[in-house]
Amino acid sequence: MLVLLALFAGDALAAEPLLDLDRVRGRVVVVDFWASWCTPCRRSIPWLNEMQAKYADRGLVIIGVNVDKSRGDAEQFLAAVPARFEIVYDPDGRLPAKFGVAAMPSSYVFDRSGKVVARHLGFQNARRAEYEKVLRELLHADGQSRAGLQ
Amino acid sequence: MVRRPLVILSAVVAVAACAGCAHLGVAPWERDILARKEMLLDAYPVEAALDEHIYFSKEASSGGRAFGGGGCGCN
Repeated sequence: MLVLLALFAGDALAAEPLLDLDRVRGRVVVVDFWASWCTPCRRSIPWLNEMQAKYADRGLVIIGVNVDKSRGDAEQFLAAVPARFEIVYDPDGRLPAKFGVAAMPSSYVFDRSGKVVARHLGFQNARRAEYEKVLRELLHADGQSRAGLQ
Repeated sequence: MVRRPLVILSAVVAVAACAGCAHLGVAPWERDILARKEMLLDAYPVEAALDEHIYFSKEASSGGRAFGGGGCGCN
């Protein structure tokens, strides 16, 4: 029963039309939940822009999931803090409910096989280096193992 | 047959007892309305200052709205 549930949960996440992770399979993916009313998001989004610019060519994909009830609030925020990565709008909170988001912002890091390997609750300036290290190791390690397979 | 309503009632009570408290509170991603300025206890500083003035004039008490200040009237 538990196995069935686990399979179902995995399938449900994969089959979610709002967030199609199959499309980016084979890359390191960061799914970041943010909202206009979330103060640390003002710092995390510029940081995510920086990571995107730095590592996109090595296979990093960042997807921001906005959970604002009103699209206008999100757009106003983006006018002040532009995000240079894909944004998915989820006003009904379907994705955060599925992921079980426990804090805002929250980010989930998927490895190239599509498995969640890290979860960051909140965003702290002091931990930027640590967040980046996780990404760098994944990009690097996966690149190596792929090279080994070929 | 007589027992049927009782069975239904106990089923309803059991379901309510099991699930009733499962959705208390606000999820982290649902806090946008709570985060609005007008949801603060003191959303308007002028109003807060007027309240403070009334307390001070009528009760000779002040402070006690935050961590500092005691409201003992001993200022």
